Amino acid sequence: DGNYCLTCGSDKTLKLWNPHKGTALRTYQGHGYEVLDAAGSFDNSQICSGGADKAVALWDVTTGQVVRKYRGHAGKVNCVQFNEEATVIVSGSIDSTVRCWDCRSRRPDPIQVLDEAKDGISSVKLSAHEILTGSVDGRVRRYDLRVGQLCSDYIGSPITSVCFSKDGQCVLAASLDSTLRLLDKDTGELLGEYTGHRSTTYRLDCVLNELDTHVGCASEDGHVYFWDLVEGSLALSLPVGQGVVQSLAFHPRLPCLLVATQGQVTLWREDAFQPEGDPN
Amino acid sequence: KMAESSDSEGEDLVSYGSALQPLQEGERIKKPVPLQEQTVKDAKGRYQRFHGAFTGGFSAGYFNTVGTKEGWTPSAFVSSRQKRAGRTILGPEDFMDEEDLSEFGIAPKDITTTDDFASKAKDRIKEKARQIAGVVAPIPGTTAFDDLIGPSKITVGVELLRKMGWKEGQGIGPRVKRKPRRQKPDPTVKIYGCALPPGLSEGSEDEEDEYQPENVTFAPKDVMPVDLTPKENVHGLGYKGLDPSQALFGVSGREHLNLFTGGSEETSNLLGDLRHSKGRKLGITGQAFGVGALEEEDDDIYATDTLSKYDTVLKDEEPGDGLYGWTAPKQYKSKNRPEREFKYIGKVLAGFSLASKPSAPIKIYPPPSLPRNYRPVHYFRPVITAGNESCHLQKALEESTGKLESDPTHQSRHALNAAQRREQLGETELKGSPAPSVLEYLSEKDRERLKEVKQASEQQMKAKTVSQQSPNSRFQLASPEEAAHKWQMLLGGQVANAGSSDFKPFAKNPEKQKRYENFVKSLKRGEKGERLERFFDQNMTEWERGREQEEFFRAAMFYRSSNSTLSSRFTRAKYEDDVDKVEVPRDQENDIDDKETAVKMKMFGKLTRDNFEWHPDKLLCKRFNVRDPYPDSSVVGLPKVKRDKYSVFNFLTVPEPTTSVTQATNEKIQESNSLNKPKKSSRWDVSDKEKEKKDSISEFISLARSKADVQQQPPVPAKEESGTGTTETPLTAVIDEDKNQEEESRRPPMDLFKAIFVSSSDEKSSSSEEESDEEQQPTTSERQSETTKQVDTADSSSSNLQENVTASTDSGISSLPTSKQELDATEEFGPKLPPAFSSGRFCKHLDRKEKHRKTRERHKTKKERKRKKEKKKKHKKQKNKGKHKNKKSEKDSSSDTTDSSDSLSDMDTTGLSPKELLRR
Repeated sequence: DGNYCLTCGSDKTLKLWNPHKGTALRTYQGHGYEVLDAAGSFDNSQICSGGADKAVALWDVTTGQVVRKYRGHAGKVNCVQFNEEATVIVSGSIDSTVRCWDCRSRRPDPIQVLDEAKDGISSVKLSAHEILTGSVDGRVRRYDLRVGQLCSDYIGSPITSVCFSKDGQCVLAASLDSTLRLLDKDTGELLGEYTGHRSTTYRLDCVLNELDTHVGCASEDGHVYFWDLVEGSLALSLPVGQGVVQSLAFHPRLPCLLVATQGQVTLWREDAFQPEGDPN
Repeated sequence: KMAESSDSEGEDLVSYGSALQPLQEGERIKKPVPLQEQTVKDAKGRYQRFHGAFTGGFSAGYFNTVGTKEGWTPSAFVSSRQKRAGRTILGPEDFMDEEDLSEFGIAPKDITTTDDFASKAKDRIKEKARQIAGVVAPIPGTTAFDDLIGPSKITVGVELLRKMGWKEGQGIGPRVKRKPRRQKPDPTVKIYGCALPPGLSEGSEDEEDEYQPENVTFAPKDVMPVDLTPKENVHGLGYKGLDPSQALFGVSGREHLNLFTGGSEETSNLLGDLRHSKGRKLGITGQAFGVGALEEEDDDIYATDTLSKYDTVLKDEEPGDGLYGWTAPKQYKSKNRPEREFKYIGKVLAGFSLASKPSAPIKIYPPPSLPRNYRPVHYFRPVITAGNESCHLQKALEESTGKLESDPTHQSRHALNAAQRREQLGETELKGSPAPSVLEYLSEKDRERLKEVKQASEQQMKAKTVSQQSPNSRFQLASPEEAAHKWQMLLGGQVANAGSSDFKPFAKNPEKQKRYENFVKSLKRGEKGERLERFFDQNMTEWERGREQEEFFRAAMFYRSSNSTLSSRFTRAKYEDDVDKVEVPRDQENDIDDKETAVKMKMFGKLTRDNFEWHPDKLLCKRFNVRDPYPDSSVVGLPKVKRDKYSVFNFLTVPEPTTSVTQATNEKIQESNSLNKPKKSSRWDVSDKEKEKKDSISEFISLARSKADVQQQPPVPAKEESGTGTTETPLTAVIDEDKNQEEESRRPPMDLFKAIFVSSSDEKSSSSEEESDEEQQPTTSERQSETTKQVDTADSSSSNLQENVTASTDSGISSLPTSKQELDATEEFGPKLPPAFSSGRFCKHLDRKEKHRKTRERHKTKKERKRKKEKKKKHKKQKNKGKHKNKKSEKDSSSDTTDSSDSLSDMDTTGLSPKELLRR
């Protein structure tokens, strides 16, 4: 919810941080290989993570134990997400399937497997009733549970990251042709295109800021680029580090950005920034 | 009152149970005792439990004193100097009450006959007494019946066997004279006084038979019952774990095993193991009595390993099985069996034995050889065999010659189509029904050709019927000829068109290619049968020739899509290539190629989007707090359609009915088309109207002017999307209505519409258009003045434009119809449509196709217009800047610049949306 930060890495652990103070709160060990993605539940009580050991793990935050481990993916798990109520974990893997795991029951097998993608899943995002997946086969698929429909938008080059806009009307997709595209969710029409950064090999994140006014994306040249959403013009490029900016996360409500690069996480914010609430 | 009456009639009534105590006056009725407090006490007032330690009803302690204040009273403990506590051996009886020792307790003292001895072993004395009684009894022999009635525990088979002298424990069969078994002297085991108990195993029995009297015969060995214990573990068949009793006892155990290896292998392992373990205990080998000083066998206790106990030479077989019962299968070493049978086995599992007879080898029948012209699909060919019915048919054919439609009518009942049948029946034509056949849609030229072909084929047929008079030739020629005929009928004019010069299916084999070309040519001319044969290599066998002919036909059929006139409508069938797919998704994401182009042109939207029906899992819906969109479907994921597995034969048969998949997709597409139509029709209709007017440039100019005029008055969008604008509405509305009426019948429910089309884009675009209009408003007047100037440039550029229409830079909508058409073409014509489908739906699609073509043309013109406008704009801008370039350079750069400007403007207009939506 903006108070904590989860990092995961090739040391097979997850770490929970307080990014505002810069303190490490807890380390979660249990994955067999590097951890590729992690996400926290809405109430900060649980963490899900997916790693190169093909397993999706559900962690208890306070005890640091693995509550459940879901095996079933045939390849590395690239991305994991909780749904709104943290009852379902949706994980995408390079085995080109998205699997929905039940957190409530003790079912070892997924509730549903979305195997429409022709290539690995690079990114998964969830809204209240939608599952948005970006795949290396160059398609952004949106599974609408309420309507019972699958919308597949062809982008062309492999998708590295997708995300919903805050208003839920648009879909931002970053692809390996160094382009971010803003698509209309309902029609699939192109609303905006943002270029300037470099993204050709790595799975880089893209974000929208807290007000949907800017579009941000990590780049391989050590910068984080921000574009004006409407005009499509480059608004800002943050020089973060030398290497590839691996991950990017924007605070859900405040102008505050987390950037991971080369084994360190940096927090960017305005000077007059006040972290909301008491992070306890 | 009741009591009185019952008292008075007391004698007559039968009373059950104990009577209730009469109620005292004034006494409150006792509450019934709840179930858990109801207790049962025995005769001594002790509580009886229904489920107790052993049988229940067994009270613990002294009168249930365990746990009470008195507590347990143990047996009196007395110990003094004089009187030591005697060592009392307590049996279970000491802990039991008297009831337990009574007749029905757990340890009855009375001797009763058990079931085993109850009826079969009768007391002799009793029997005698009974016999006597029977004699004495008034009716003699009654007691004999008792015997009969008495239950017999022995089965009839056993009884019979006993009568024949069988004793339990023996085998069945004639008595055998047994060979004296060679007893192995075993120095290590010393059998003391008592021998191994007989009957424990046959092996030990055998040992006793040291001498063999000549005249003694033995009963055959008992057959071991089949071991019926079910296999409960997951070990391999016949696996037994390491037996610790054997493994741990070391050498002596092993040596003991050695004793039995020779003789008793044939007995089952089950018994064998038992014997081994028991035999060790029972076969008193000295250790049982402790180790004496004089005895050498002390290896068990003072285990001194000597080298002599180990094998120094690798032998072929280990002593014992060497496995300590680890895995059960033992070396099968019986000598009296033929060796060759189990040479390859080595070990036989417990419970299994080698078959005495080798199983009969499975006979393999060769598959039936297919006849040359075998087709797996039945084809109703017009039956024209010479002979009995030919005269009638011939007559019919003769009178129908020259008529295009009527010749199939008389061929066969099955060859009729619906229209013909209707004609024959004299029914009126259905109103509004689609045109009766595909032929209507072929061009005049094609139709002519088709006619020719048909006539020729008719001629041919007649000739054939004549030629078929000679019976032997008929039989040989009929099939290829008929096949050819069939092919020709099927392909019709299309084959005739095929094989145009650029297409070379047999390019690898030039001779064959040549033959093929000749063949096609002749086919075009409508030649048949024998005359076609001459194109084939004379050196080839008849079969080869027939095959090649088939091949040529197929090739001609297959590649007819390369035909110039039809190629635009046909693409390769989508499902033809993936032969071994069994189940395919009903909707597949369609071709990437056109999407690729769309992406390149940045025309996202409908082109790049595929919508599928997708069924989420019920549980997933529940977890997401979403109502199940398909509450009564059991499908999860994308709906799938079962599909027949393609076989090789599918290539041979052309008139294969379309698979359900293609049908489904077709219908789906159709649906989506009909969905799209009402929405788009307005735009098309506008252009339609416009198109009528602007056939020449002059007309176009006037139109542009009038349009510009119109645009000045109300705030009408100047963009192409403004087709839906206000000025044209009266006209378009009318046409819309027409269209809608057309569509009305097959329109899906409204919510489907909504799901797909109710999007915010409409509102967005309209609002954004208004904004853009305001910008453009002042420019229009200037533009008008410039139109005349710009016409020539626009015209010249339009020729370029026409070539790359699809490369337009619109927001994807303007070029949509064209690509849509392509899409249609792939979907509709990709899979081969059988002739059965040529009515109805097919026609409609053709119809639509034509419409599409028109609209494409319209769009071309429209685009021209638009381009001009844009150019005007640009021109104006440049003027303002003062950079007045010459027109040529502008023309060159026009496409590029318009690209960027368009995309920019698009972004401007549409990019606003989220913000606006946020505001809302």
